[in-house]
Amino acid sequence: MTSSPSTIPVLDLGGLLLVSIQGELPDESAIALQEDVTTAVANTGSRGLIIDISTLDMVDSFLARVLAEVAASSLLLAARTVLVGMRPAVAITLVELGLTLPGMDTARTVTEAAASFGVTIERTGRDAP
Amino acid sequence: MSQAAQEPIRVPIRKDTDLTAVRQHVRALAQRTGFGLVQQTKLVTAASELARNTLLHGGGGAAEISVVHGRTGPGLSVSFVDSGPGIPDVDLALSDGYSTAGGLGMGLSGSKRLVQEFAIESVPDGGTRITVTSWADPYSARQGAR
Amino acid sequence: MTDGATDPAAAGSEAVADLLRRRGEQIAQRWADLPFFQTVFTVTRDEAVEAGHAVVDSLSAVAESGRVDDLEAVGFQPIREQLVAMTASRASSGLSTAQVDREVGALREAALELLEADTSRLGAEEVGEARVQLLTLFATLRVLVVDTMLQENQEIVLRQRQQLLEMATPVIKLWDRLVAVPLIGMLDSARSQVVMENLLEAIVEHKATIAILDITGVSTVDSLVAHHLMKTVASARLMGAECVISGIRPAIAQTIVQLGLDLGPVTTRASLADALEWALERRERKELPTRGNP
Repeated sequence: MTSSPSTIPVLDLGGLLLVSIQGELPDESAIALQEDVTTAVANTGSRGLIIDISTLDMVDSFLARVLAEVAASSLLLAARTVLVGMRPAVAITLVELGLTLPGMDTARTVTEAAASFGVTIERTGRDAP
Repeated sequence: MSQAAQEPIRVPIRKDTDLTAVRQHVRALAQRTGFGLVQQTKLVTAASELARNTLLHGGGGAAEISVVHGRTGPGLSVSFVDSGPGIPDVDLALSDGYSTAGGLGMGLSGSKRLVQEFAIESVPDGGTRITVTSWADPYSARQGAR
Repeated sequence: MTDGATDPAAAGSEAVADLLRRRGEQIAQRWADLPFFQTVFTVTRDEAVEAGHAVVDSLSAVAESGRVDDLEAVGFQPIREQLVAMTASRASSGLSTAQVDREVGALREAALELLEADTSRLGAEEVGEARVQLLTLFATLRVLVVDTMLQENQEIVLRQRQQLLEMATPVIKLWDRLVAVPLIGMLDSARSQVVMENLLEAIVEHKATIAILDITGVSTVDSLVAHHLMKTVASARLMGAECVISGIRPAIAQTIVQLGLDLGPVTTRASLADALEWALERRERKELPTRGNP
């Protein structure tokens, strides 16, 4: 496999890494992302990794394996991975495929995922109290 | 029980970026055929699994997508054709957890669960053709007991 | 079969078409007094005559095309809708399909009598062939009527089934980010699928972190139902929401054990109240409810 740099940015929120996967993800980019993320976890010594897949309209067994491997290798580097925002149709399909990703934590939103690491994201927009 | 309405759309599968093209074609046609979101996603995912199968095990080939009409209304039929080594033991390849290419071993068996009809024709050294069919409305009462 | 004038069948159906064209008015007049037309068109007799005319014209067109035994004959198309309306009207006054069929069968007498009266124009052999064609044509009309009625019934069943599917699975918002689905009756594959999709959509809509599936009203839990419940729970977890199944009656708990069904890591509670209490407690904690098990 050739390894080209992935086009997906890995954001460092101060000890917490955030990756937002957007749109179609070719296999090669998925593998590149896997390398980038693992490197970033090692370099930053982050405790947590949040992967937002709310814009993905499909996750097949290949991408599921990439996600599971990212989580497993991050755990070896002492970082916990939370998968965020999976769509209902994607979830139903993965379960039907027999892939329930038992090794990963999940959350509805990035805010909830961050809260599980003790990081509070306050609302500052129009809905702020 | 079902027949093709028109010429199938043929998408070559030669490299891994072709998988994206297969997924997009299947998605677009499923939307146009009236598939619900869940049915769409299941079929696109199955197509992705099988197209990767064609690429990794069959040494490349093509996907043929056609609109079909059955008892439950319209549907999509997608065939994955390669001229690779064939599948020596179809039953074994269809069992959960069977893997030769380092996947999760859910490719064939899993995609079978995502569609309504699944057929494999494979000849040793003569290539493989896997055809899956999914209906826009699989739970239509026309289908009877289910 | 339609091989010019030498074919007796073609000559017969041409004679029938000719008869129906010339005697259309007489036939329609006589039909207007038969129950199939009289009871449907109750306002004026002219209406019944007009409807009869439409049917005669249609039959004449079918005979002319020589396809007297073909349900799909183009000639039948114009009256399909009219037949749907008429049979629906008869059915709604309590007639069975067989009774309506008998009424339609009675229509052919008028045409047959006129054919006999017409013998002066035709030879005996031609009359015989024309009679065969006429009988076949009316037999086809009867099948067409029965077919229309069955199709109409099928439509009704489909509509009601769809309504039942949608009606039977409400999703209730119980608390902030807490939803519940009370399941009632029999769960088959189709309904389970609808329940699952509705619940997962509601989780997105209400930003729910916990969903309660209450099965108090479910009559039986077999391995199929249990399997569907497990899939729903697993899908919700992938989305970042936790499910609890409540309302497991003692009998159902015993069935689950006796069937050897493993509900695995699924959280269960005896009643909806217990589940609610558990959910509210759960929300107080900071940690994710959907921890994996690496």
